[in-house]
Amino acid sequence: MRTVRRRALGAAFVFVTGPALQAQGVDAVQIVMHGNGRGAHACAACHGNHAEGNRLAGIPHLAGLPDAYLTRQLTHFRAEARDNPSMQVIAHTLTPAEIVALARYFAALAPPPPASVTAPPPALGIALAVQGRGAVPACAACHGPGGVGLGDEFPPLAGQSALYIRRQLEAWQQGRRPPGPLGLMGAIARRLTAAEIAAVAAYYEQQPAIPVAAASSKDVP
Amino acid sequence: MNARSACRGRLALLAAAVGLAGCTQHGASPPPAATARVLPAAPAAVAFTPPPRRAIPDDAFGAVVRQGEALFTRTGQAAPQFVGNALTCQNCHLDAGRLADSAPLWAAWVGYPVYRSKTGHVNTFAERLQGCFRFSMNGKAPPLGDPVLVALESYSYWMATGAPTHVTLAGAGYPILPQPEQTPDRVRGKAVYTAKCSICHGAEGRGREAWGRLAFPPLWGPDSFNWGAGMGNVNLAAGFIKANMPLGNGWSLSDQEAWDVALYVDSQERPQDPRYTGDVAETRARFHDTPMSMYGRVVDGHVLGSVAPQAGARPRPPSADRPAAAAFVRRRGRAAPATPQPRTTKEQP
Ligand code: HEC
Ligand code: HEC
Ligand code: HEC
Ligand code: HEC
Repeated sequence: MRTVRRRALGAAFVFVTGPALQAQGVDAVQIVMHGNGRGAHACAACHGNHAEGNRLAGIPHLAGLPDAYLTRQLTHFRAEARDNPSMQVIAHTLTPAEIVALARYFAALAPPPPASVTAPPPALGIALAVQGRGAVPACAACHGPGGVGLGDEFPPLAGQSALYIRRQLEAWQQGRRPPGPLGLMGAIARRLTAAEIAAVAAYYEQQPAIPVAAASSKDVP
Repeated sequence: MNARSACRGRLALLAAAVGLAGCTQHGASPPPAATARVLPAAPAAVAFTPPPRRAIPDDAFGAVVRQGEALFTRTGQAAPQFVGNALTCQNCHLDAGRLADSAPLWAAWVGYPVYRSKTGHVNTFAERLQGCFRFSMNGKAPPLGDPVLVALESYSYWMATGAPTHVTLAGAGYPILPQPEQTPDRVRGKAVYTAKCSICHGAEGRGREAWGRLAFPPLWGPDSFNWGAGMGNVNLAAGFIKANMPLGNGWSLSDQEAWDVALYVDSQERPQDPRYTGDVAETRARFHDTPMSMYGRVVDGHVLGSVAPQAGARPRPPSADRPAAAAFVRRRGRAAPATPQPRTTKEQP
């Protein structure tokens, strides 16, 4: 565990540590690296040592996602409202306190760099992300410019695995993922075509993410 | 055609005029539209699809059309001299003025000149645009012939390419909702607002900011539309909200919810009506003599309009309270296609 923490710091991936690692007596790093001993595998085994995810396998990065968002998703897996056999099994064994501690831990990590650009993103993806199409609003209206995220409700898409993004949009189309706050995302996903999904996913995979604090949001006073 | 689409746009008025059933299922007639037009008798609204953005010609005319689009989507940046709030035209006319049931420009273009009761004479399209700046944008009307108006007219004209003229196109204006079953109510409206709107527009209706700038527009308060604006009519706001809000999930509210929340939004203070005579009661009698306007009404012991900030531009405090984030967005704005005004970036060739 020591080495892990040092390694993470050395790579300048962690910019908040201390309090984020321990919440209500739960050692988040222990669970991330070794599991909780009650059936939850080490998160790092799939999500990576720096929670950077695995693009080709469609495993999402968790680093720098808002903690309220991560908590919501783990709760959905736990309730089997969000479909994914491995995550459901894992989330079942997590206590609410562990979920909160893990969410805080991941939220404090710096997000990984975006996918290297091999081909420019498809024009269709840019258009959907930036302008929208008719009653489908621009993704940027909620997810922020370049998908950097907006507050707790609208998670960042920047730098996320394209395969993962595609699977999520399809999950909403097939009713395998709860539609999220106000049902907004479910309603939008259902109106997208397969070509649009592929194009917009490719666009976001190439966008650079920013630390969660920079995408925090508040009411205009 | 289902009952919902039969109620859309001015079709509802038409249906009422020619005695069709459909939109008045509660036995009440639709409320009067603030901008009621004298409609040519037609059996049904004509369907129309505007040309795609990429069809804007690459010539001298096309350049002005693009200016018009930029003005429409980044109004405060593109024409600061005429804008006095934080809104853009697109905030109320979605998808850069292209979306049906969101008072789209292509449908507006073919409906002018028209007699409007608000002004008491036949209005040209340019005059209509002037009104938008003065009221919805809480600013100043650009003089007739000003390049700002010319660009917006060109953009609208281009968008109506191929449309028949002097007709009501399907999707024109905002939908006219049937009278709700229960009299609209602010308390119920507030509950709808808290549950379904505040996540984006903020608990106090002032909008929400992120990355050091405004992310969602204010619905009331000093940076929103003023008391003279069309959105201040409960029926127009209800129609807009029903079809377009919550963003991306239009037509999800019941008619009752749309009326209730519209009443709640329109019962909040906002900049003064620029036609203010110096007296709220007199201003109400002259310009707000309709049950659809809350101006001058007493709400929770407060006379609406009595403490309204002065109409017109006000000095705006610098919003960059998170300079790092703002700088980041500026930087990436140059590198990536997404700029600080996301939707206005041109499609890459
Ligand atoms: C066996 C591999 C595996 C392990 C171990 C694993 N995950 Fe996952 N996780 C996944 C996959 C695959 C997904 C994507 C699921 C989908 O497509 O819906 C995912 C998704 C998630 C999400 C949703 C992310 C989002 O953006 O919505 C969260 C949160 C998450 N995992 C947390 C954890 C935590 C915490 C642990 C450790 C306790 C963990 N995972 C361990 C495979 C794994
Ligand atoms: C009206 C607001 C809104 C718009 C517009 C919007 N989204 Fe979302 N999106 C959300 C919300 C809210 C969530 C969080 C859902 C949840 O908590 O389960 C979300 C979540 C997502 C996720 C899941 C992220 C993850 O880590 O699992 C993806 C992928 C996504 N959106 C893609 C898109 C795309 C692509 C577009 C444009 C076509 C888009 N969204 C437009 C509101 C929006
Ligand atoms: C606060 C919301 C709001 C803003 C901002 C706004 N408008 Fe409007 N606009 C309305 C309303 C309400 C109507 C009346 C719609 C109706 O009668 O159905 C309207 C009507 C119009 C019409 C006539 C539509 C028709 O079918 O007759 C045009 C043209 C128009 N607006 C252009 C603009 C322009 C240009 C701007 C920016 C300078 C702008 N609007 C800003 C709310 C707004
Ligand atoms: C997911 C975020 C979101 C939610 C939820 C939402 N809105 Fe909006 N709303 C927006 C955005 C963004 C715009 C501007 C649209 C544009 O520019 O494309 C807007 C525009 C408006 C406008 C016109 C512009 C203004 O500032 O006056 C009104 C009125 C409005 N919304 C009312 C509501 C009401 C009422 C609800 C709840 C029923 C609601 N909205 C829910 C995001 C949202």
